Amino acid sequence: MQMTYAEAIRDGLRVELKRDPKVYMAGEDIGPFGGCFGVTAGLYNEFGPKRIVDTPISENFILGHAVGAAGCGLRPVVEIMFDDFMTVCFDEMANQAAKIRYMFGGKAKVPMVCVTINGAGVGAAAQHSQSLEALLTHIPGIITVIPSNPYDAKGLLISAIRDDNPVMYYEHKQLLGVAGEVPEGEYAIPLGKADIKRGGSDVTIVAWSWMVQKSLEAAEQLAKAGINAEVLDPRTLVPLDKEAILSSVAKTGRLVIVQEACKTMGFASEIAAIIAEEGLDLLNAPILRVAAPNTPIPFSPVLEQAYIPSVEGIVAAVKSLF
Amino acid sequence: MELSKEKLLDFYQTMATCRAFESRVSELFAAGKIPGFVHLSLGQEAIATGVMACVEKDDKVGLHHRSHSEMIAKGGNTNQMMAELFGKATGICKGKGGSMHLADMEMGILGANGILGAGFAIAAGAAFACRYNETNDVTLCLFGDGQSNRGPIHESFNVASLWKLPIVWICENNGFGLSNPVKGHLATDNVSDRASAYGMPGVTVDGNDVVAVYETTREAVNRARRGDGPSLLEFKTWRWHGHFEGDPGNYKDPKDQAEWLKKDPLLSLGNKLIHQKYATQADLDAMQAKSEARIDEAVKFAEESPWPDVSELYTDVYDRQL
Repeated sequence: MQMTYAEAIRDGLRVELKRDPKVYMAGEDIGPFGGCFGVTAGLYNEFGPKRIVDTPISENFILGHAVGAAGCGLRPVVEIMFDDFMTVCFDEMANQAAKIRYMFGGKAKVPMVCVTINGAGVGAAAQHSQSLEALLTHIPGIITVIPSNPYDAKGLLISAIRDDNPVMYYEHKQLLGVAGEVPEGEYAIPLGKADIKRGGSDVTIVAWSWMVQKSLEAAEQLAKAGINAEVLDPRTLVPLDKEAILSSVAKTGRLVIVQEACKTMGFASEIAAIIAEEGLDLLNAPILRVAAPNTPIPFSPVLEQAYIPSVEGIVAAVKSLF
Repeated sequence: MELSKEKLLDFYQTMATCRAFESRVSELFAAGKIPGFVHLSLGQEAIATGVMACVEKDDKVGLHHRSHSEMIAKGGNTNQMMAELFGKATGICKGKGGSMHLADMEMGILGANGILGAGFAIAAGAAFACRYNETNDVTLCLFGDGQSNRGPIHESFNVASLWKLPIVWICENNGFGLSNPVKGHLATDNVSDRASAYGMPGVTVDGNDVVAVYETTREAVNRARRGDGPSLLEFKTWRWHGHFEGDPGNYKDPKDQAEWLKKDPLLSLGNKLIHQKYATQADLDAMQAKSEARIDEAVKFAEESPWPDVSELYTDVYDRQL
């Protein structure tokens, strides 16, 4: 059936809340209010205050309590309202959730999901717009899920909740209202499997989250110019389906990586490094990264639009390789 | 209420084992047999002993970086603990955690935490899980006076009281946050003065009096088990050694150090046992010898245990190889 990305996430939550009584949600304003972006609307009425837990504005507590609860057998899904706020509870993910299994010699596990939301383009300025997914990919022990459409959003969320590792799950503000075909009921998309969103033979464009939509638009424009672009969505950054990227590049010989975040030390750099190490002989042209400039995200719509990687920018980058 | 002879003798045995363990670790560290950082709780044994005597195996305890004695008193396996300090494969965390990350989930020991302040929310999460699962278990969260100044304490104190979580906050005030004396880091006379801000009872008690520690904790544990919410207990004591082994503690006033050494909690309890005719000096000596023998065995076990296979570096990061 047709669902928006937000509805698909809500449906995935509902499926798991119904299936497993150990699953519960906690976060700021996720209860009767329905979440800052409406993603959890109605779940409080359906599942009640035990399963849908409103918390004070206390990010250290939200994530930290999830670590303790997960360690004691529950499967918390917690929400941090904006990705930008992850920086105030970085310790709870980076030093606690990520490390407990390892430093306790595999005798403890932390099956929790932290849901947060990325993205510029809504005039939210420098502290409510970032896409900081790369930060936690640097910390071993965490899985990173970052869906680009409603089908993936639901199927990946179900897998994330069933996974026995801590998972970061990144929604995107610009995708919440995007509709698509989503199966009813349960289905799980394996973590670590990329998806080819558009087949092509001349260039591989790797993109995730909102940038998949922009890359698909760019691919349509490129097709008119006689360039047949393949758009590959890794869907999860950790684990990364590098075999899928390598095999696509083996076919196309060209690689452009598109990320919404600023350029320096973004995940595009990691993908570029992997392909440079393991697939340099597959390339007929340099690897290019399309990314935001290394600035904070500005408020003024004119400045913000200049900040966000554009369809035109992707088209120009691809054309420069030919 | 006067405690039974058996209970007091149990306390003495536990305190003697803690003393023997820590004294031996100090020697082994000086001899270069234990790598890394070790933080000893010599002089603080009455707190670990009195507190842990109030909880059962399924109750949870969250610990800090100076928690060998607490783990022993909760029923930790001294062979596996010592092997962990050596970094051996037979360690309680397979040699991956070391002194600062001792944990034993089966014993309800949620783990020592090297990040001061991170343990509050994790312990609160464990208490949340105990209630979610409709058990009658309580959680104890132990921390030091220095740690009491970390920001996350506020979030966890507030939420735990708001939700009446079955938790007891226990401050081991040993006089110093590393080199900084309490008067240099605490705005109030007592850590427990903060309790009223969170609507919970707060009390400060002599931490070198194991009976006082036990009775105070028991009341708070009963309160938590009844569903009446958290309490904040502060036990004042003195850290005999430096912050870590190798720190000579030159910042301590020698007069204070001498005064506190006279208040040796093990000696005090021994005198009490003799005075009450519950034990003779020979009985006490025999109990000390029993503790020493237990630690002899732990050291032998650790020394004879194999190092971890280097392949262990790569395991336990996730539940599977990604």
